[in-house]
Amino acid sequence: MSDLAQMPAVLPEAASRSLFQLAAMRFRRNRAAMAGSVALVLVALFSFLGPLFISHSYDQVFPSYVSVPPSLEPRPGADSLQGAISSAATRARVTLQAFEVEGQTFIATFTSDAAIDPRTTRYIDRANEFDDTKVTETRDDGRTIVVEGRVSREYFLFGTDSNGRDLVARVMLGGQISLAVGLLASLVSLGIGVLYGATSGYLGGRVDNIMMRFVEILYSLPFVFLVVVLVVFFGRSFILIFLVIGAVEWLDMARIVRGQTLALKRREFVAAAQALGLTDWQIIRRHVVPNTIGPVVVFVTVVVPKVILLESFLSFLGLGVQAPLTSWGALISEGANNIQSAPWLLIFPAIFFVLTLFSLNFVGDGLRDALDPRDR
Amino acid sequence: MTAPLTAVTRHLRRAALIGSLLLGASPALAEAVLNRGNAGEPQTLDQAHTSINIEAFILKDLYEGLTTHDAKGEIVPGAAESWTVSDDGTVYTFKLRENGKWSDGSPVTAEDFVFSLSRIEDPKTAAGYANILYPIKNAEKINKSGLALDQLGVKAIDAKTLEITLERATPYFLELLAHQTALPVSNASFEKNGTDFVKPGIMVSNGGFKLTEHVANDHLTLTKNEQHWDAANIKLDKVVFYPLEDQAAAVRRYEAGELHVNYNFSADQIERLKTLVGDEVHISPALATYYYVFDTRTAPMDDVRVRRALSMGIDRDFLAKEIYSGSQQPAYGFVPPGLPDYGAPSVADFATKSQLDREDDALALLKEAGYGEGGKPLDIEIRYNTNPNHERVATAVADMWKTAFNAKVTMVNLDVSSHYAYLQEGGKFSVARAGWTADYGDPENFLAMNTTSNVTFNYAKWSNADYDALMAKSNDEKDPAARAKLLHEAETILMQEQPVAPLLYQNELWLVSKKVKGWVDNANNEHPSRFLSIAE
Amino acid sequence: MLSFVFRRLASAVPTLFIVVTISFFLMRFAPGGPFNLERPLSPQTMANLNKAYGLDLPLWQQYLRYLGNVVRGDFGPSYIYRDNTVDQLIGMGLPYSIELGLWALGVALVGGVAAGTFAALRQNSFLDVAIMTLSTVGVTVPNFVVGPVLTLVFAVTLSWLPAGGWGDGSLRYLILPMIALALPQLAVFARLTRGAMIEALHTDHIRTARAYGLPARTVVVTHAMRAAMLPVVSYLAPCAAALLTGSAVIETLFTIPGVGRFFVLGAINRDYTLVMGTVVLIAVFVIVFNLVVDILYGLLDPRVRHE
Repeated sequence: MSDLAQMPAVLPEAASRSLFQLAAMRFRRNRAAMAGSVALVLVALFSFLGPLFISHSYDQVFPSYVSVPPSLEPRPGADSLQGAISSAATRARVTLQAFEVEGQTFIATFTSDAAIDPRTTRYIDRANEFDDTKVTETRDDGRTIVVEGRVSREYFLFGTDSNGRDLVARVMLGGQISLAVGLLASLVSLGIGVLYGATSGYLGGRVDNIMMRFVEILYSLPFVFLVVVLVVFFGRSFILIFLVIGAVEWLDMARIVRGQTLALKRREFVAAAQALGLTDWQIIRRHVVPNTIGPVVVFVTVVVPKVILLESFLSFLGLGVQAPLTSWGALISEGANNIQSAPWLLIFPAIFFVLTLFSLNFVGDGLRDALDPRDR
Repeated sequence: MTAPLTAVTRHLRRAALIGSLLLGASPALAEAVLNRGNAGEPQTLDQAHTSINIEAFILKDLYEGLTTHDAKGEIVPGAAESWTVSDDGTVYTFKLRENGKWSDGSPVTAEDFVFSLSRIEDPKTAAGYANILYPIKNAEKINKSGLALDQLGVKAIDAKTLEITLERATPYFLELLAHQTALPVSNASFEKNGTDFVKPGIMVSNGGFKLTEHVANDHLTLTKNEQHWDAANIKLDKVVFYPLEDQAAAVRRYEAGELHVNYNFSADQIERLKTLVGDEVHISPALATYYYVFDTRTAPMDDVRVRRALSMGIDRDFLAKEIYSGSQQPAYGFVPPGLPDYGAPSVADFATKSQLDREDDALALLKEAGYGEGGKPLDIEIRYNTNPNHERVATAVADMWKTAFNAKVTMVNLDVSSHYAYLQEGGKFSVARAGWTADYGDPENFLAMNTTSNVTFNYAKWSNADYDALMAKSNDEKDPAARAKLLHEAETILMQEQPVAPLLYQNELWLVSKKVKGWVDNANNEHPSRFLSIAE
Repeated sequence: MLSFVFRRLASAVPTLFIVVTISFFLMRFAPGGPFNLERPLSPQTMANLNKAYGLDLPLWQQYLRYLGNVVRGDFGPSYIYRDNTVDQLIGMGLPYSIELGLWALGVALVGGVAAGTFAALRQNSFLDVAIMTLSTVGVTVPNFVVGPVLTLVFAVTLSWLPAGGWGDGSLRYLILPMIALALPQLAVFARLTRGAMIEALHTDHIRTARAYGLPARTVVVTHAMRAAMLPVVSYLAPCAAALLTGSAVIETLFTIPGVGRFFVLGAINRDYTLVMGTVVLIAVFVIVFNLVVDILYGLLDPRVRHE
């Protein structure tokens, strides 16, 4: 029936191209999938190109803005300037007499019992709120000085973390790491898992038995130890993390593909292919693998979030990417610990995280519908 | 494996029992129960193996040493009602309480103490903390070179009289006896049960409470020991310790009203909790120092100018106020304040300067040493054990060194075992985090870590003949004031040389419900349940 | 069938042997040991400890000794929980993990399959989109977020349920950890069921059955369901093994006295014997559940035969 008709054995080139075109057409018609693709592209652009458009780097510390909530208004707000100048005065051990802000500039008057060191301005510049402070007037033998400077305004749209780093920059960096780890590790697991599962299921018998026993052994190996050992031996590299995760995650994939293959290989078209004299490898490649695509794609949409979650579990144990680098998972686990005192630390990375994984799901579903040859 | 099966049935039986209790019994009449959140599951309840304070809280409720702590954390008579000390300070004679009893009703004897102390020093026991009792005569020799056990300077004169001979006068010996390793084990119980003597239902204890239930990682129930000599004054019927590994989860359980007391929570929560529960937040200074170690074997950290400059470049106020929300104190000396006889620590000379002056001085020092602008680049790697707080400190310090000195700073964190194994086995590093909490209230406990001969603790591999000489001299000095002076001199050298850069003096964080009466904050962080009560 | 089961169980022995061997040596490559603590021990004490636990012997001797003990069912003393042997620790913790895990597995399986089936039958309807969106939330939100949020809402704010602990073991205490544990698995089951169900509904024999005018319920329950269960059953083995051997995150967040946290705790503290014990435990669970799944496969799909 239709299964036989779609066998590309005769004209593989032409047939596969048209199949692909049909799939692409179906995919474009799926609105949810297209929306998901657009969202994914936007998130990727935000993460990878975003850093070019913001002035704060991911490891830049703003000592004056530790754990500030998100705001559309620039900081400092008018009310906090007074506090900032007072605390600068306290640290400089002088008394604040007067303080005025006009537009982008401020004028402050300090007094002290002894002559004031002109270096005092550095205390003011040290605060993130003020810049370019200069002494404009000195009175009472230097016991009173008037200084003038610029108010430096910073935007923290997502707020800052408990070290005073801009969360926007952190979320962008986290996105780069998480997306990269998620995709690369999934590709690794996809490649190994599909080939392994299809081979095992198709060949069956003793080979299947041995191959699946091997999977069982790997399943029960101590993953955390594997990672600890590798990370300590080879340093904590990004490549290592996605390779290790990918090398662990293919096991589920292999089992599912094998299950599908076991059922598939009793089907008529496989028998027909065998009758046509195709080799086992050709049958696996042309008939078994393409026919497992539905469940595999569904599973990939589960694996990518799983990989990203696994990475966060590693971060949670301190085995993720080395600080000051970070990932969404690491940001979220940090945010979950401060859920009550600093909810924005959880909310913003979580929004990107969930949006990404949602989109991945829609795209996955769309791909499945598009690739399913039986749905024509 | 038959063990899990029997455990299943036992577990089911227990569930059935509790169910029937709930159905059958009317609520017990106002039983006074204290629910204590403890920062983790105790690894052991064996005096010979315990090493951490969450075990000490439980053990000190269960057992009573010769001396013990009162609610204020001060040393008071425990199992011994009185003692005399020989003129040279080396022989202590303890008179045990006539009415001192184990929870099974048998008397607490001097023999029990001889047995317990010998057991710790016995190399076969392999007690991790045996060294803390080395001041006892021959303890070190027994533990290290296998001298016969009966040579230990602990003798039972009669059933209720115990004589302890020391190697030399040890001013803090009475403090040591209140430590959890010096708590007694019933000789009879150990003979009968072996190492199972720690299990609920088997354990006999001589403290205010006895162990009735222990479900690892869930709870540990202590009930009042009616045999205790002061039972009439113990107001609680039950103390339940909850091992709460996750600090945020512990705070949530406190907020849900499931705990009366909770030990330790994340500093990020302080502001929120203060507005929420006000003075139920207790922050009390601890005898603990958080510090960075410089590897003095290799360049550039072999240069005292570089070490001093880097130490000066750390804005400790920022760490204390912003990173730790004011829950820690900036540290400029190695010994934490609050030690009797020692007073304020000898701080580094730059402590009195402002942070900007320190940075100016530091830049000058670095220039002199050939680093910084126009000189060699400064590459620094901060190593720390994996922990969110340590990461935040390292991030802040890295930023300070980058901003002030234009240094290139990287961070490396390893799990706790790898981190300390690396330092203890002498691995090369540039800067590493470490911390120390006092075992007993004496500055020697901190300063002895930096002597040349102390190969394990001296991570910096720093060696200073004057320092070593002062420390050796202080060991033989019997006059407390003269001894304190020697130790202060040593600390001054240490702070001048900065092989270690102290960052913070640590505080203990507790949540204590208003219902709990008798709670007193103290530097020794001792809060025996015996003196607490619950007001509903 | 019986000989198939028997052969599979017999072949588990070499599997376990390989698992034990690989993990034994792998672990010893990691730097640090069980006695490298924040509070360093003196070299002599360290030597005493190593001697007491036989860690001073050459590695191959330790290995042989360990193998000998394991064969006799003795997994040795725990290095962190020094009052207990590994057998005792696992014996104490496993019933709790299994009880919680069974609840979670039941909820995930029943809820997931039901949700997936409904979604598949009403493909592209509002119900389908709602179920799939919710199940996506289930997979996307990490359990270390779900746990705290659940406790904040139901324990701290509403005071309906306890914030943690096993308590008297009644359902009240289990609900929150059970949900946090089940949610991601429920979502996976729902997605797998939906995907396979839609595929099954499009296969020829279902179309034929429908064409014959069999009642929709019969078609779905007896025919489509049967085929759709294959990927679900496939996933059941790793899922059950993972749930029943406990979760480190959930057990820590909710203070559940199970075995889940032993693995991570043991790994980080280099408690060699505890990790080995947990590894063998997980291996046994995986082997048993794989066997169960293979048998189920045979029952569900007559084309798969165990010769």
